[in-house]
Amino acid sequence: MTVGLFVPCYVNQFYPKAAKATLQLLEKLGLEVDYPTQQTCCGQPMANSGFEHLTTDCNENFIRNFAQYDYIVAPSASCVLHVKEHLSSARQPENAALIREKVYELVEFLTDVIEVERLDAVFPHKVGLHQSCHGLRGLHLSQMSELNAPYFSKPEQLLNLVKGLEQVTLDRRDECCGFGGTFCVAEEAVSVKMGKDRVTDHSKNGAEYITSSDLSCLMHLEGILNRQKSNVKVVHIAEILNASL
Amino acid sequence: MKETQIQDHATLAEAFIQDEERVNWHDGALWFIREKRDLAAKKIPEWENLREVASQIKHNVISNLHDYLVQFEENLTRNGVTVHWAADAAEHNAIVYSILKAKEITQMVKSKSMLTEECHLNEYLAERGISVINSDLGEYIQQIDNEPPSHIVLPCIHKRKEEIGALFHEHLGSEKGLSDPTLLTRVARKHLRNVFMTRRAALTGVNFAVAETGEYVVCTNEGNADMGAHLSEVQIASMGLEKIIPQKKHLSIFLRVLARSATGQPITIYSSHYRKPRPGQEMHLILVDAGRTRQLARPDFRDSLKCIKCGSCMNTCPVYRKSGGLSYHNTISGPIGAILAPNLDMKKHADLPYASTLCGSCSNVCPVKINIHDQLYKWRQVIVKEGYAGYTKALGMKTMAWTLSSPGNFTKAGKAGRWFMQNLPFMINNKFNPWYKQRELPEGPEESFAEWYAQNHEKEEPVYK
Ligand code: SF4
Repeated sequence: MTVGLFVPCYVNQFYPKAAKATLQLLEKLGLEVDYPTQQTCCGQPMANSGFEHLTTDCNENFIRNFAQYDYIVAPSASCVLHVKEHLSSARQPENAALIREKVYELVEFLTDVIEVERLDAVFPHKVGLHQSCHGLRGLHLSQMSELNAPYFSKPEQLLNLVKGLEQVTLDRRDECCGFGGTFCVAEEAVSVKMGKDRVTDHSKNGAEYITSSDLSCLMHLEGILNRQKSNVKVVHIAEILNASL
Repeated sequence: MKETQIQDHATLAEAFIQDEERVNWHDGALWFIREKRDLAAKKIPEWENLREVASQIKHNVISNLHDYLVQFEENLTRNGVTVHWAADAAEHNAIVYSILKAKEITQMVKSKSMLTEECHLNEYLAERGISVINSDLGEYIQQIDNEPPSHIVLPCIHKRKEEIGALFHEHLGSEKGLSDPTLLTRVARKHLRNVFMTRRAALTGVNFAVAETGEYVVCTNEGNADMGAHLSEVQIASMGLEKIIPQKKHLSIFLRVLARSATGQPITIYSSHYRKPRPGQEMHLILVDAGRTRQLARPDFRDSLKCIKCGSCMNTCPVYRKSGGLSYHNTISGPIGAILAPNLDMKKHADLPYASTLCGSCSNVCPVKINIHDQLYKWRQVIVKEGYAGYTKALGMKTMAWTLSSPGNFTKAGKAGRWFMQNLPFMINNKFNPWYKQRELPEGPEESFAEWYAQNHEKEEPVYK
C-alpha cells in the first residue's frame, strides 16, 4: 500500500513540523509514503469565495499528482473535505471520482483505514481539542453537538492512546473558531472575536495546548494567542500522535 | 451612475463588536437558547426522525404548491374568508390599505408578522394616515425605537434591559431608570391593553396554513394575536405562499419541532387556529409571493422555502451571535436571511452569503433540514458568476485582488495553485494585511516542508535526527 502525502499549501509554508510529523507517523506505522513534489493548492480558498469555476487547473494538477496512490492522506480536514466534495475533471472524471473516495484526513485514516489501536506517543500535557467544522460536520470525525445521536470522537479515540495526555473539557465542545478561509480577513472583526472566545474557553479550562486536525484553525488561534502573549500553545494532532519524550 | 451603497455586513458587524461586553452578553443569551433547544431535542428519541419527516412534508408542499394553494383558497372561501393574492410587497400593502379604507379604519394592531416587516407595511400605511402598533413585546420595543427586528423570534435580543427602560421612559413616560423586566412588561401591557380595546382591525402572520381545512395556525407565547383578532371587526392574515401544510395532522409534526427549535419549549403557549369569521366580523387572507416563486425556480435554493421561521439557525450561528441581526441589513437575518436575501436583490445582498464561515451548524439544527451552508456556498458561486462579487467587501479587497483575475491567467499547469498560494490573505506577510490587526502572522520557519523533503527525505536520511 502506498500513501500519497498531501501537504496543503499553507502547511507546507508555515507548519512543516506538522507535515514532517504526519510523514514520520505514517512511516512508523509501517506504511510506504510518497510526497509528490509538484502538488499545489487544492483550490479550496477560491471555491469557497465563489470561484469554483476557476479551479479546473488546480483540480487537474491534483489528479496528476495523486491519481496513482492507494490512499491520499493529509493533515488537514478542511482541504480533504474540499477534495472529497468538489474535485472534478472533465478530462479524467474516473480519476477524480477515485480520488474523492481515497482521500483521507490523517485522523480518520488512522482510525478507519489502518485501525490503529496503540501508539507509542507520550505527551504529558493538558490539551484542549478544537473540532474544526470541516472535520466535524464535513468529515464526521466526531458526533456533532446539534444532533440527537450517539457520541463518538475519532480524534479523542487517538488522543486517548497517548501517554500522559489529559484532555480538558470545554464549555462549547464544537463551536467554530472563525477562521473560515477568506472570511478571516474579509470579516476580520467577527473572525477575531470568534477566535478570542474559543481561546478563552480553552485557557480558562486549563489547556496548555490547543490541538486540532486543521492547521488553518490553529494558525488563526495561534495568531490571537501570540498577540495576547498567552502561554497557551497550538499543536497539530499529528505532532502529538508522533511525540515521544 | 451613482450608487448609494449601504454598509455591508462586515462593516456593520465591526461596529457592533466595538461594544465587546454587549457582544458577550448577546452571544451568551443566544447560546443559552441554543442549549435549551439541544436539551429539548435530546429529550425526544425520535427527534432526528421528526426533522426528516418535517423536511419531507415541506418537500411535498413546495413541489405541489399550486395545487395546495388552490385547495386552500377554495376552503378559505367556503369558510367565509376573503382571499387575496399579492405578487409583491406593493400589491400586498395596497390590499391591506383597501380593506381598511373600505371600513374607514385608521388604526390597526399587528402581531406575529415578519412578512409585513419585509413589505414595510407600517411605513406605507403611516403615509396614508393609518397607524399600526406592533403588539408583540419585542416588536413593540423595536417599533418604539424605530429599528427593524434583529431576530425573527426575539426581535430585540440585541438590547439591554436598561436600554429598554430608557426607551419606555422617553416614549411611554415610565419612571426613569426602570430596568426590571417584569415591571417593564407591565408598562408595555398597560399601553397595549388600550390598543387592543380600541383597534377595530387586527393583522397577524401565519405559521401554518392547512390546505385541507382552510384554517391557519398562529403560534405565540404572549397571546397578542388572539387578543387582537378576537376584539377586531376586521381580521387580516398575511402569509407567504410557502406556509402551506397539506393536512391538519401534519401539525402534530410541525408544532412539535417549531417551539423546541425556537426556544426549547415543548410547544408555544398559544397555538391558535383561525377558520371562520365571527358573526359580524370580516376575515381576509392575503397570499404573498414577493420573490418566493422566483426562489422556487432556482433548483439550488428552492429548499430555502421549507423554512418555518424558528430562528434556531440564528441562535446557533456564531457569526450571528457575534455580529447581531441588524448587521445583516435585511428583515430576515442570520443564515436563513443570507440565503433568502440574494433572491430578493442580489446586488444589495451580495455580501450576505459571505457572512459565514460555512461551519454548518445551521443545517444541523434546522427542523426542516435545509442545507443552509451548502446554499451559502452555492450563492457565492452565483454572485461571482453574475458579476456582483465587486459589491462585497469580502471580495473587493486589495489583498484579494486575485479573485478578479481572469481564468485565462491560469492556463499553465499548477500555476493557479502556486499563484493563489502566494496571494491567500493569510499568506501575505505584511502588516497592512487585515489579518495582522488583531493577530500575529504565522512565523515563517527556516524552510518549507517541500524544501526539507527535497534535501532530506529523498536522500533517505533519517526523518528526524
Ligand atoms: S432555516 Fe431552518 S433553522 Fe433557520 S429559521 Fe428556517 S426553519 Fe428555522
